[in-house]
Amino acid sequence: MNKLAYLCGAAALALAPAAQAQVLTVCLEGAPEIFNPELTSNGTTAYVLGQIYDGLVSVERGGSGIEPALAESWEVSEDGKTYTFHLRENVSWQSNDAFTPTRPMNADDVVFTFARMMDPEHPFYEVSGGNYPTFNAKLADNLDAVEKIDEHTVAFTLKAPLAAFIGTMAHGSIGITSAEYADAMMAAGTPEQMDLQPIGTGPFQLQAYQTDAIVRLLPFADTWGAGIGDDLRTPMVDAVVMAISGDATVRLQRALAGECLIGLYPNLADKETIEASDTVDAVQTPVASTGMLHFNFGEEKFQDRKVRQALAQAIDMENLVEVVYSGMGHVTGAVVPPALWGHAEDIAPWPYDPEAAKALLAEAGYPDGFDTQVWAVPVARPYMPNGRRAAEIVQADWAEIGVTAEIVTYEWAEYIQRARAGEAQVGMFGGIYDFPDPSQIPNNYLTCSPEGKTAPSNIGAWCDDGFNAVMREAGSITDQEERIALYHEAQQIVHDEVPVVVLGGADTITAVNKSVKGYVPAIFGSSRLSGVSVE
Amino acid sequence: MLRYLLGKLAVLVPTFFGITIVAFGFVRVLPGDPIMLMAGERGLTPERHAQLMAQYGFDRPLWQQYLSYLGDLFRGDLGTSLVTHRPVAEDFLTFFPATMELGLCAMALAICIGLPLGVLAAVKRGSWFEQISMSTALIGYSMPIFWWGLLMIILFSGTLGWTPVSGRISLMYYFPQVTGFMLIDSLISGQAGAFRSAVLHLILPSVVLATIPAAVIARQSRSAMLEVLSEDFVRTARAKGLGPAMVVGRHALRNALIPVVTVIGLQVGSLMAGAILTETIFSWPGIGKWIVDSISKRDYPVVQGGLLVIAVVVMIVNLIVDLLYAVINPRIRHG
Repeated sequence: MNKLAYLCGAAALALAPAAQAQVLTVCLEGAPEIFNPELTSNGTTAYVLGQIYDGLVSVERGGSGIEPALAESWEVSEDGKTYTFHLRENVSWQSNDAFTPTRPMNADDVVFTFARMMDPEHPFYEVSGGNYPTFNAKLADNLDAVEKIDEHTVAFTLKAPLAAFIGTMAHGSIGITSAEYADAMMAAGTPEQMDLQPIGTGPFQLQAYQTDAIVRLLPFADTWGAGIGDDLRTPMVDAVVMAISGDATVRLQRALAGECLIGLYPNLADKETIEASDTVDAVQTPVASTGMLHFNFGEEKFQDRKVRQALAQAIDMENLVEVVYSGMGHVTGAVVPPALWGHAEDIAPWPYDPEAAKALLAEAGYPDGFDTQVWAVPVARPYMPNGRRAAEIVQADWAEIGVTAEIVTYEWAEYIQRARAGEAQVGMFGGIYDFPDPSQIPNNYLTCSPEGKTAPSNIGAWCDDGFNAVMREAGSITDQEERIALYHEAQQIVHDEVPVVVLGGADTITAVNKSVKGYVPAIFGSSRLSGVSVE
Repeated sequence: MLRYLLGKLAVLVPTFFGITIVAFGFVRVLPGDPIMLMAGERGLTPERHAQLMAQYGFDRPLWQQYLSYLGDLFRGDLGTSLVTHRPVAEDFLTFFPATMELGLCAMALAICIGLPLGVLAAVKRGSWFEQISMSTALIGYSMPIFWWGLLMIILFSGTLGWTPVSGRISLMYYFPQVTGFMLIDSLISGQAGAFRSAVLHLILPSVVLATIPAAVIARQSRSAMLEVLSEDFVRTARAKGLGPAMVVGRHALRNALIPVVTVIGLQVGSLMAGAILTETIFSWPGIGKWIVDSISKRDYPVVQGGLLVIAVVVMIVNLIVDLLYAVINPRIRHG
């Protein structure tokens, strides 16, 4: 471990009462998996590494717009296939015991970062396992080349236009890593160290990680944000200490007891407890996520649109959202959530009407209903905090029209595997937007290829040519207004064809001590601790 | 004695191989694989899934994977976590002292509470003390640990503010981990208040983890004492005019301890089971939480390496106990 950092940190903390050192304590819900963002898509890891690394672009603080980060500007070629990024100059790298940088960040670092993920022959490709989840899922199949134009200019060439490219580049997993550090670690015979002892350009650097217990960060005084006078990208505290507390109730208790100044993801049901506290605020933030019930098109009865509509109309969605999301949900029939541009505000859920639903079932040849399943996600997800409760409400509502639904659930790994294998007759599944582009969830959960191959998370195997054509068109143009119109059309098709019932989504809450100033929870990616101070 | 020792060691060899098969096979018979789980709801194409499975060697026949695993074991390599990319042995050495520290404190607490409670209940048979203590023990025995832990946190940390909520030490202290035992490391660090903070952080998790073993020990001590107290030699001791303290402490308790010690030994297993929940509630970075997290992530090397090391530790402890029995009781080593 960096001895200098240790001594500085120990001194800062030891002298805390005398010198009034500001220590920002954060209670995390899990441990960081690794210290290189390329190697994970885990949200907690992204939260930690978001303080250490920067991407070429980033999501604006608390919003969904894209803003420059390590790239000051960029332009797109006319054919939409080449993106040229102009890098910021004089961006310093952090250092540790094993490495002291000799040069600022430049195009070689960007090329190295992507070459590692793209080229199986690259010496770093298989270091630490060689699995780059976000890159593999979002870019690998479409990125043709990343070339250095000059010291501060890099060009990305795509195989086909990708409207979501800039949004994808803002994802925390696409953080830029140091080529010089990689070379040094390779020369030392410890290449894996670059993934365990991070060197970034961000406002904080790793001081120590006590496995599964505590992450300690120190401010990086030479961060480029401070250099350009951007207070929101400048560390304002003397140290950040992140404590790992897996249980939501315990995290809240720690926040209430003042052990953590920021407690992430308390239970939604505990909002009133937080509001009753004199020391802690409940900061409510929209979450860009969508939960759905997928009808399995492998089942004959669900191939009938009338059956799907009947089941959608039989669910009292207002009640479900109120109960399951503890009053912090939104009722919508649109697949793109309200937190994101492209959301179709005018698309509501199918109106709750059991009588109409019964009539539709009778028309479809099921006057006495039928037996089916409803799968409940076994873990709390941002799009579904209580899958079991939601499934019970659906079960009760469907019973009113004669449909008997058996609730099925499995341990999470098994659930994902079985759902993907098409075993769920009616499967609860959903997703969280990784970056601010509306294409992600409709593409991942509802499309199929021209050859009929369904997208990885399309567990109901719905394949609609009209919908796919609209989604493909929206993904190939860059004009945002045109894209909004196309995504509206796509959402209308989903609503009309009812391949899924949108279950709504919820805001999230963060327990923030009143002494903390400037903390804005992110809707996309990781919330920044730069610009945050403690009074 | 040597023959006895060799006999015991000979049994260990097939046991070790049996454990490797169980540890290797256990996580693989569970549905779901680490690659799919890492992708989560986002998923990945079947082609990419197949490529990554091949990259990690999970597409090879199981027997080949098992032989590779054995080969690595004999080279002293427990593998590297698929998720954290840290060596399994390194993580084990990080987590094991935390569990040991918690387990030892909890066991000491369980004995200090359970034994006197059981002995007194037997001595005061039929009294209100016996009724209350045994009812409390029954409640303690039936207590769901997760609920009990949260209740303790809300009461003692939240409402009364007497103890910290969770963790091993206040976040304000930072010193290098020398032994991994926070009580020792905090003393070594020399930082003012660090040891006190470490002790305060140990109280609630130790109490929660000690609850069930204390209840079991109390009930076992009571019944063992009742049995011994009705023995002829106790009556003789009383007839000789010995005082109650001497009769109970010197004659009855020493004989009643034999089954109690056996039960205390058996509680080590239940302590490990309880540690999984206790560590989760109290954010205690120990071995139980580590293994459970790894199972849910299908982190094959951690599960098979972690289970194996734990099993080997238990085997060694059992061997030591067997040898101790032989030392204490000559009939065993000559049997």
